[in-house]
Amino acid sequence: MNTSAANPVAMGENRGAAWPRYVVLAAVSLLMLYPLVWLVGATFKSNAEIFTEVGFWPSHLDFGAYARGWKTSTEYTFATYFFNSFLITIPRILVTVTSCVLVAYAFARFEFWGKKWLFAVMVGTMMLPLIVLRLPQYLMFRELGMLDTYWPLILPSAFATDTFFVFMLVQFLRAIPRDMEEAAMIDGCNALQMLLFIIVPLLRPAIVSVIVFQFIWTMNDFMGPLVFLASVEKYPVSLALKMSIGATEEVEWANVIAISVVALIPSVAVFFAAQRHFIEGAAAGGIKG
Amino acid sequence: MYENKRLGFLFVLPFVLGVLLFKLFPFVMSFALSFTQYDVMDPPVYVGLQNYRELALEDPLFRKSLGVTLTFALLAVPLRVGFALFVAHVLNFKMRGIAFFRSAFYLPSILGGSIATAVLWRFLFARNGLVNGVLGMLGIEPVAWLADEHYSMWTIVLLFTWQFGSAMVIFLAALQNVPEALYEAAEIDGASRMQQFWRITVPLITPVIFFNVIMQMVHAFQEFNAPYMITEGGPLSSTYVLALYIYDQSFRFFNFGYGSALSWVLFAIVAGLAGLSFWSSRYWVFYAGEKETRR
Repeated sequence: MNTSAANPVAMGENRGAAWPRYVVLAAVSLLMLYPLVWLVGATFKSNAEIFTEVGFWPSHLDFGAYARGWKTSTEYTFATYFFNSFLITIPRILVTVTSCVLVAYAFARFEFWGKKWLFAVMVGTMMLPLIVLRLPQYLMFRELGMLDTYWPLILPSAFATDTFFVFMLVQFLRAIPRDMEEAAMIDGCNALQMLLFIIVPLLRPAIVSVIVFQFIWTMNDFMGPLVFLASVEKYPVSLALKMSIGATEEVEWANVIAISVVALIPSVAVFFAAQRHFIEGAAAGGIKG
Repeated sequence: MYENKRLGFLFVLPFVLGVLLFKLFPFVMSFALSFTQYDVMDPPVYVGLQNYRELALEDPLFRKSLGVTLTFALLAVPLRVGFALFVAHVLNFKMRGIAFFRSAFYLPSILGGSIATAVLWRFLFARNGLVNGVLGMLGIEPVAWLADEHYSMWTIVLLFTWQFGSAMVIFLAALQNVPEALYEAAEIDGASRMQQFWRITVPLITPVIFFNVIMQMVHAFQEFNAPYMITEGGPLSSTYVLALYIYDQSFRFFNFGYGSALSWVLFAIVAGLAGLSFWSSRYWVFYAGEKETRR
């Protein structure tokens, strides 16, 4: 890919200029990550200490804030809210992957009437501000009697409406030569077999990206649950967090910070588990966020 | 098999239904509702252009909100895209530890949109929070970030900028496609690093700059979580972005008609700016492999 990589002269030049880059990168990393580190430290501190200390290292190690934050001031613990979050996220991921793979396969390989036009619509909807659709969607789901259920949060995804993923999968599939599919066709493979035994395995890295992105975005989603859900027992983590701030007057800051930190753990874990796929997928699809 | 049009259409059918049902229909419905007066109690009543007239002439909060939104986008988009390009440029180099830095810089983009991060952000910018603590060490007077209307905007702008990771990885991919030979030739001709950046790198990645600016603009105009959680639109509506106003009108006051009109104004602005960018792109976006005569 890079012809000069093997050239020792060019490498030598690069090495000379490397340390200023490291200085810049280290400074940016500090700026980016220190706030997070400080906040994790803050979960062990008392209110007074949080607001006087720039250092992140707490004077004592006390996990009490986590326990108190987890319990919340409602009748439910965060176990309920996490469970709710997964109850939305996991089905949504399943229907997203299924519908987006089907549609991407059609766009990348098949000929059908109006294909160019539909593809343009798909790219166009990526730029459509979601907020314009919220109110009419709310009214629609009210007519369908689906308010205060998880349907409004999951159902649209079953119809490949998260077009960003379709786009990413199409781009990925287009870059793969058709040799395997042609061989399979000669062997008399039908469309369903082709999809399950050829296309899906080929798409696996891209599907991992879809799963990871959809997991994190759904966990992060706040406005959707805010609009569609009403009863506290159905709240996902994002809404419960908002509530834990508004609930009490004299907030124990450490509790709120602690539970916020806990709320970020699933996303961080998934990110580090799949980061290689994930970042490459982000570059390939040209992503939101 | 791939010539089988019926089979192809069958596979794309979920998307066709999805777009009609969950995108196009709500979109048209929202437009129709914007010409009505409609609340929870009564069915919609056609009122013509009254909603639009009201927001244009009689609604100071709308004007304020519009100004706040434009200011936010004008600050946040160039900061995020510019910072992303800068960091990608520094990262585009054969050296140890790239993978670590790339992940570290991407992490905030994963967390950034979440409510948890917004909560944490409040603490960083609190009166005695980390930011003021660090400023204090530098001998700078503490700033009432969240309480002073002159500074509140910066808390949400900085949160938006902090999440530059997704734009960064897109830039990084583009930078790696710039042919090395061009830099070598420039080096021989005695071009400085700065000149190489502005005369080779930037022109060659204009399509990606264009893409990032458009996408980030669409996001910036919809920003909701940060102003909702961190500043609650305040103080003195100094962070009361249009998305918040639309939310309040639609889901707190249940003025469905007025809320729809507001959201259509937002859509018109985004579409207009996107159109303007596309139009202007012919003057500054360079696509490799295309002829000069492109119209």
